[in-house]
Amino acid sequence: MSDLITEPGGKERGMKQLDRSLKAAGLVAVAVIAIGFPKAFPNPAITNYGVYAMIYVTVASAWNIFSGNTGYISLGQAVFYGSGAYALGAAASGWHFTGTAVFELLPFAGLVGAIIAVPVGLIALRVRRHTFIVITIAFFFIFQLMAFNLSFTHGTIGMNAPFLSWSAAGYNTPFYYIAMAYAAGTIAIAWLIRRSRFGLQLRAIRDDEDRARGLGVRTMRVKLSAFVISGAITAMIGSVWFYYVTQVQPSSGFDPLFDLTIVLMAFLGGYGSIIGTALGALIVEPVTLWLNTQPQFSGGYLSEILLGAVFLVVILFMPRGIFPTAGEWITRIRTRGRPAVVPATTVGVAASSVPATSVGSGSSGSSGGAR
Amino acid sequence: MAREISLAVVDGILIGGVYALMAVGLTLIFGVLDIINIAQGVLVILGAYLSYSLFTAAHIDVFVGLLVTVPAMFIVGVAIHWAFIRRLRGTERTSMTLLVTYAVALIIEGVLYKIYGANYDQINASYTNSTVHIFGIYIEYIYIYGFILAIALVVGLYALLYRTRFGRSVRATMQDETAARLVGIDVNRVAAVTFGIGIAVTAAGGMVYGATTAFNANSGYDLISRLLAIIILGGMGSIGGALGAAVFMITLESVVTVWYPTWSVAVFYAALVLVLVIRPNGFFGQRAVRAQ
Repeated sequence: MSDLITEPGGKERGMKQLDRSLKAAGLVAVAVIAIGFPKAFPNPAITNYGVYAMIYVTVASAWNIFSGNTGYISLGQAVFYGSGAYALGAAASGWHFTGTAVFELLPFAGLVGAIIAVPVGLIALRVRRHTFIVITIAFFFIFQLMAFNLSFTHGTIGMNAPFLSWSAAGYNTPFYYIAMAYAAGTIAIAWLIRRSRFGLQLRAIRDDEDRARGLGVRTMRVKLSAFVISGAITAMIGSVWFYYVTQVQPSSGFDPLFDLTIVLMAFLGGYGSIIGTALGALIVEPVTLWLNTQPQFSGGYLSEILLGAVFLVVILFMPRGIFPTAGEWITRIRTRGRPAVVPATTVGVAASSVPATSVGSGSSGSSGGAR
Repeated sequence: MAREISLAVVDGILIGGVYALMAVGLTLIFGVLDIINIAQGVLVILGAYLSYSLFTAAHIDVFVGLLVTVPAMFIVGVAIHWAFIRRLRGTERTSMTLLVTYAVALIIEGVLYKIYGANYDQINASYTNSTVHIFGIYIEYIYIYGFILAIALVVGLYALLYRTRFGRSVRATMQDETAARLVGIDVNRVAAVTFGIGIAVTAAGGMVYGATTAFNANSGYDLISRLLAIIILGGMGSIGGALGAAVFMITLESVVTVWYPTWSVAVFYAALVLVLVIRPNGFFGQRAVRAQ
């Protein structure tokens, strides 16, 4: 997908080809930076940022596969994140997995996420819009409560991961590469879905679900499939996170701020856009982490206020996200005086792949209610 | 056992009345503005803290204090609407407003944390410690007074909605915004005032909540999830439905607590899920059907 804003290239001929090679070069550069990052900054405090950034790129991209494509905003992704963490913990202690063998359990965590996603999705996806969002919140609270009260989750104490005998200096690096692999894999899956018939069906649901059904899209099956894919990925990366931080409590595994942070990442980068969501995660997560390490922000409330404030600014002034808005500005500058030559391959796609938020005024607000 | 159950039922009905008051505000806002105000929970806590501060710092009786806190919360509501809600338009308005109110909730929660800290507080008025003996069970006065207050305010809201010109324009806006606009109703003003009223009731709800329960800034999450469950169960936008659902759900939770204290909240949400499997639009959800 060409959501990434590439530099203005050749104008007269070979535009498309140049664009494509630029994009390939950009992709290689991103890969080199991503792979070389822990080599260039071996300091564990720095690689820690990298691990979290990659975890959140994965989580946000997984959220985007379902919510970005279908328009059903899920505020319950922590259900899968926490379940994955607990599933890995329970399986590792129950089946006596230790050391690096624990990583063999990652598919199991994904399976647990998928299995949870089916009944949750079957119930939640019966309703739309507001009600769906609220149902996902309700499921979130049910799962948090179960983590508090079931016997195998050990209540507020939570679970500890099996010991991993890696040296402290290089401890983060393998986790970074695992999380990076998940991030890359999730983005690739999101891209493949976007290009496929399945992705078209998902976006048809976002635009008009009843019409999509009228045209023969099996909406429930399609929605549920995306929900399950998203849930399975989130559960797997949740279990990676659990092994990385070595413990999980109900309040950390099932954290309401987690859900909100993902949505902020997606909206900041550009709701519905694959690259935008990933970039949003790359911006938000390190900043949040950094804020939490600053002594003057200790206690968490100031970072909470900041998160809320940034969120408000983004939604009120850049409702399509930073990158699409910036893309529009670039287009405007590039096409000044020559209004007809908007290059459809770069910015135009980014703008059109995002729901037109500012279109229509009072009347569309009411038609949303009457639909 | 019978005594415990009857106590639980009475408790449930009395507390349910207070939840009904908060839920009516939420469902009213949904009905008129077509948005879900996630900040409702933390605004209840803000109302509780306002009463708490007036009571501890200025020694103003909590019920008298409502004369200050209710208008104050009304202004807060109108301000939130003016600053954030009114600007949102377009196809993604639903999710946008939800996120905006979530962000507002986060900011208010952070500010409350900064001012009052993470410790749990409770309003210790004289009503909260003395009890009255009715039908063989002891009930604290605050539950009874709170219930009476909630009933009075809900009746007042009903009167406002069904007996005044303003109420008629609110109901017209709930039914069809475009048509309301066409017959000359200032929909924006109606929306702002409704949002203010929906928030103003949280001052009263928060006062009773703060007098019956220990709370901190974080309690808003618990509250909002219950309130959302209640208004969905009652059918979004239905005021009568919210009343019935609030009393039903809180009584159910209260009765289950007699046997399984740790799982009572789960029963609360399980009831929501069960109802939605059978009736996706809640008990009284005719309006919600159209709103889908």
